[in-house]
Amino acid sequence: MMRHQDLHPSVDEVVALHGGDATRLVQILRDLQEGQGWLAPPVVTELARKLGLSRARVEGVAAFYSFLHLEPVGQYRVLFSDNITDRMQGSEALLAYLSEKLWVEKGKVSEDGLLSIDTTSCTGLCDQGPGLLVNGWAIPRIDQERLDQIAQLILARQPIAQWPDELFRIEDNIRRQDTLLGHGLQPGEAIRAAIARAESNQGDRPVSERSWREGIPAATPGPAATLEEIKRSNLRGRGGAGFGTGLKWEACRNAPGETHYVVCNADEGEPGTFKDRVLLTRHADLVFEGMTVCAYILGGGRTTTHGFLYLRGEYRYLLEPLNECLARRRRDGLLGADICGRTGFDFDIEIHVGAGAYVCGEESALIESLEGKRGIPRNRPPYPVTHGYLGQPTVVNNVETFCAAALVAKEGGDWYRAQGTAKSAGTKLLSVSGDCERPGIYEYPFGVTVRQVLEDCGARHTQAVQVSGPSGTLIDASEFDRRIAFEDLPTAGAFMVFDETRDMFDVVRNFVHFFAHESCGFCTPCRVGTAMMRNVVDKIHAGRGAQHDVEEICRLQKVMHLAAHCGLGHTACNPMRDVMQRFRPAIQRRLKSLDFEPAFDLDGALAVARQMTGRDDAKAHL
Amino acid sequence: MAEAGKLRVATTSLAGCFGCHMSLLDIDERLFALLEKVEFDRTPLTDIKHCGPCDIGIIEGGVCNAENVEVLREFRKNCKILIAMGACAVTGGLPAQRNHLDLGACLQEVYLTEPGLVNGQIPNDPELPLPLDQVHPLHEVVKVDYFIPGCPPSADAIWKFLTDLIAGRTPRLGHGLIEYD
Amino acid sequence: MNMDVRPSFLLDGEEIPFEPGQTVIQAALTAGHYIPHLCYHPEFVPHGSCKLCTVKANGRPAAACTLPAQAGLEVESETEELNDLRRTLVQMLFAEGNHFCPACEKSGNCVLQALGYDLGVMTAGFRHFFLDRPVDASHPDILLDFNRCVLCKLCVRASEEVDGKGVFSLAGRGISRRLIVSAESGRLADTDIAVTDKAVEVCPVGVIIRKHIGFQTPIGRRRYDVRPISAQALEDAPRKPEARHG
Ligand SMILES: Cc1cc2nc3c(=O)[nH]c(=O)nc-3n(C[C@H](O)[C@H](O)[C@H](O)COP(=O)(O)O)c2cc1C
Ligand code: SF4
Ligand code: SF4
Ligand code: SF4
Ligand code: FES
Ligand code: FES
Repeated sequence: MMRHQDLHPSVDEVVALHGGDATRLVQILRDLQEGQGWLAPPVVTELARKLGLSRARVEGVAAFYSFLHLEPVGQYRVLFSDNITDRMQGSEALLAYLSEKLWVEKGKVSEDGLLSIDTTSCTGLCDQGPGLLVNGWAIPRIDQERLDQIAQLILARQPIAQWPDELFRIEDNIRRQDTLLGHGLQPGEAIRAAIARAESNQGDRPVSERSWREGIPAATPGPAATLEEIKRSNLRGRGGAGFGTGLKWEACRNAPGETHYVVCNADEGEPGTFKDRVLLTRHADLVFEGMTVCAYILGGGRTTTHGFLYLRGEYRYLLEPLNECLARRRRDGLLGADICGRTGFDFDIEIHVGAGAYVCGEESALIESLEGKRGIPRNRPPYPVTHGYLGQPTVVNNVETFCAAALVAKEGGDWYRAQGTAKSAGTKLLSVSGDCERPGIYEYPFGVTVRQVLEDCGARHTQAVQVSGPSGTLIDASEFDRRIAFEDLPTAGAFMVFDETRDMFDVVRNFVHFFAHESCGFCTPCRVGTAMMRNVVDKIHAGRGAQHDVEEICRLQKVMHLAAHCGLGHTACNPMRDVMQRFRPAIQRRLKSLDFEPAFDLDGALAVARQMTGRDDAKAHL
Repeated sequence: MAEAGKLRVATTSLAGCFGCHMSLLDIDERLFALLEKVEFDRTPLTDIKHCGPCDIGIIEGGVCNAENVEVLREFRKNCKILIAMGACAVTGGLPAQRNHLDLGACLQEVYLTEPGLVNGQIPNDPELPLPLDQVHPLHEVVKVDYFIPGCPPSADAIWKFLTDLIAGRTPRLGHGLIEYD
Repeated sequence: MNMDVRPSFLLDGEEIPFEPGQTVIQAALTAGHYIPHLCYHPEFVPHGSCKLCTVKANGRPAAACTLPAQAGLEVESETEELNDLRRTLVQMLFAEGNHFCPACEKSGNCVLQALGYDLGVMTAGFRHFFLDRPVDASHPDILLDFNRCVLCKLCVRASEEVDGKGVFSLAGRGISRRLIVSAESGRLADTDIAVTDKAVEVCPVGVIIRKHIGFQTPIGRRRYDVRPISAQALEDAPRKPEARHG
C-alpha cells in the first residue's frame, strides 16, 4: 500500500504539476498541504500570485474545506469519525483515551507540535468502526489496542508510509449480492456492447424521437440505441434524488456545447453510507465502464467528452488503486483516443479528491469544487445537464448509477427492469450498520422490506432504522414492513439500525450537529438555522429544555424547509421531524419545564464574579 | 388590588439608562388619559419596592447582574403580560457590548492593574449585586410577551403600543414608530 | 413593442409583464411591485442567498431574485406565511450578527434595519450568538465592522466585477462563514482598496464604513426615515431592463 508523503514540494512545483490551471485549485491546495502539513500565509500569497487569483479568493477556498488548514497543525493529525454509529461503538471514550495517553486536548495541537486530535464527520467505515483518519489515511476497527499501537508510532515519529499495512486494511464486508455485485462483466464488454447495439424496437421510437431528430448519423446507431436502453431500463439515480438516468443523459446529450462532461459523484458523504467505497474498491472497472458508456452516448462522435471522478477526501487511500485502474484501461484501449478502436471516440477520466465537505456531494456544489472553488450549490436553473462544469453540458451521477448503467448497456433495458418493482427497477446496495450482527453491504432487488433486511443482518430488538442517513427517514418498529423503493422508502443506501437500548435523542443530536458542521453557510435559513438548531438541541441535552424550545425547533424547521437553497438545508430538519413524530417521549422526558428555561446556568454565570470578589454569600448565588 | 376596570402596571429599569422611562414620561398630557385606564404598581415613580400581581409589566434595560435576574423573575411571576421596552431590554444594548470581553480580565484591569491605581481591590460588599459573565436581553432569561425596540422608543411608539394593547388590539407600530436606534 | 404581446406572469393576482431573461423580482420591481430583498442589487447578477425574496411560484417556494420569469407563472408574495418567513429570516440575521443600531453609522440607511421596520420585526427573538468579530480600523479612510455582515457578497462582487480588484472574499463554512480581505496580514490597509471603489458603496448594512463622514444626515431625514423600504425600493428600481455587471 502506498502512503507516501512527498517531501515539501514547492509552490512552483505543485503549480507546474497542475499546469498552472486555476480550476485545479482544490487539488493544488491538497497537494501543497500533503507535503507541508498546512497552508502557511506566505504559501497562500505565493500561490495566488502564481495562479493569477486574488489572495482572498484562494484563502476563501482553503478555509471552506475541513481538511485544508490555514493554521499550524500537528505533524500527526488524528481525526475520529463522529457518526452516531462510531459513537455507538465507543468512539468518544476512545478519543478520550488517546488524548489522555498522548497528553493533548481535543481540538488543540500538542505543545511540541507533534499531534492534534479532533473529530470529523462520518468516514464511511460504519461497518467496521469506529474509524479514524491519520493525516487523511483511514484506519478502521479502532480499539484500545490499536490506539496503543498508533500512539507508539506517533511517539516514535514513524512516517505514516512505514506504519504497518494491517492498520489500514479495510474490509468489503459484502453480505448479500445480486446482479450488480455478482456481475461477470469483463472490462470493455459493456462499451463494446453499446457500440455494437443497433437501433432496435422501431415500434418504440416516439420515446426517443427527440434525440433521433438531433441528427444522429444513421451509421452510428450505437449511442442512440444505447440511450434508448438506458431509458427503457427505468434506471433512476442512486445518489438520493432518484432522477431518471436516461432522461438526464438525453437532456445533456441534446444540450449544445463544445465538450460534454461526465462526472461520477463519489463524495459519499451521507453518514452511514459506504457502498460506493466498496464499489470503488471491488468494481472500479464497472464504474469507469459506466462513465465511458455515458460519454459514448453524450458525445456520439459529435462533440468531445471528458470525465471526472470526484472522490471524497476520506477515501484518499483509494486514489492510487483507482489511478492504476485508469492507467490499465488506457493501455487496453478502453480510455483515451479511439476507444475500442472506434475512430473519434475519445474520452478520459481524471480523479479529483475532495477535502472534507459533505455539501460537495450536491451536484452543483461538486461542480464548483471541480472548478477550484468553494463548494457552494449554484442557483438553478440552469441545471448541470445544460450548464455544468465550465458552463458546459454535464451529467453527474452516483457511483452505483454508473455501475448499473454499464450493466444495462450490456444486458439491455428489459433485462434490467425485470428486477425490482414497477416503479423502482433493478437492485439497490444498502450499507447496513449499527446494532446488528453482520454489518456490511447488502444488495437486494428493490421492494425488499425493512424487516427482511433486519432479519438478514441479524438485528434484534430493533427500535428504529435510519433509512438513507440523516437526510433520509427515521422509522420505528411499526413501519418495518415498509419497502425499500422510490415509491415507499427511497434511499441513497444508508441503513443504520438502533436497538431498544439506544436513546433516540442522542441519535438526533448527533445528526443535528452533523448538519450544523456541514452547512456551507451560503443561505440564511440553513447557515443560521442549523446552528440555532444545534444550540437548542444542546440546550435540551444540558437539561435546560422547555416547551418553548420545542416550539423554536418547529419554527426553524418551517423556515429551513421553505427557504433553504439546497437539499442539505431542506433535509437538515428531517431527523428532528422524525424523532418528534415517532419518538416524542425521547424529547419530552428531557424537558425541564413546560414553559421557559434560559439556555445557560444563571448561577454559573456568576462564577467568575464570585471568584474575583471572593464572595460566597446568599446574594452571590442565583 | 386594581381599581375596578383599571389595569395594574409595573415598570422597572434593569441594566438601562432610564432613557426609556423618560420616553414613557414624554407621552406628556396623554399620561392623564393613560391613568384613566391604568394604575401603577412598582415603578421608579412610586415607592412600591416589590412588584405585586399586575396585568402588565414593562421593563427597560437588559440583564447584567444577579439583582437584575431577581427583579426580572419577580416581574415574570407577577405580571400577566411582560413587555421588553427599549434596545437594551430587547437586544442587551450598549451594556452587551462587553460580551466579547472576559469578565475576569475586565475586573482585573479596572480594579487591579489599571495604571495609577493604588491598592486596588475588587469591591466585594455583599450589598453590591454580582455581575453576570455576559449581558443578556430579557427574552434569554424569561419568556417575554412583547417587545418595543428603540433607544429609546419614542413617546409616540410607547403610546401607540400601550393604547393598542389596553384596547385589546395586537399592538402594531407602523413606519416611523418602529425604530431600532 | 405593443405591451399586450409581452409575456407576463401573475404576482398576487396582478399581471406583471416581463422581458425574456428577467427574473421575477426584476420584472416585479420594474412594474412597480415590491418584493422584499436584501442580497439582490439591480446592478449585479442575483446571488440568491438571503432568501428574503422567497415567493411561491405555482405553489412551490423559490427565491424571486433568481427565479426566471415565465409566462403564466402564478406567484404569491404578500401572504402571511411568506411575510412570517421573512420576519423570521430577519430575526435570524439579527441574532447571528452583533447589531447595535444606536451606535451604527448606517442606521437609518440600512437595508436590514429597514426590512425589519417594514416587516414589523420587534425583536431578534432568538438567542443571540454574540460571535466575536473584531473590527478592522487599519485603513485610513475605511472602517470594517464585521459584526454587521449579512454575507450578501455584494462587496465581493463589486470589487471583482466593477473595481477589478478582488479585495474581499467569503471564507469559512456554516455559521463560521465570514468576510475576509485580500492581504496576508488580514488587514484592509494592506489591500489596494480605495475609498472611491464600488465595493465601499455597495454594502447594504454597516460593515464597510467610510470614515470621517459619519452621522451626517440628521435623524428623520435619513433614507428610510423618509419612506419605508417598500416604497424606496420602487423609487430606485430601474424602469427599463437594467444594465448589469458581470
Ligand atoms: C447535501 C447533498 C449531498 C449529496 N451527496 C451526494 C453524494 O455523496 N453522492 C451522490 O451520489 N449524490 C449526492 N447528492 C445528490 C446529488 O446532488 C445528485 O443528485 C446525484 O449525484 C445525482 O446522481 P444520481 O442521479 O445518479 O443519483 C447529494 C445531494 C445533496 C443535496
Ligand atoms: S441549504 Fe445549507 S448547504 Fe445548501 S446552500 Fe444553503 S447554506 Fe449551503
Ligand atoms: S448594520 Fe443595520 S441593522 Fe446592523 S447595527 Fe447597523 S443599522 Fe443596525
Ligand atoms: S460586507 Fe456588506 S456587502 Fe460585503 S458581504 Fe458583508 S454585508 Fe454584504
Ligand atoms: S435604557 Fe432604553 S434603550 Fe437603553
Ligand atoms: S434577495 Fe433573493 S435571495 Fe436575497
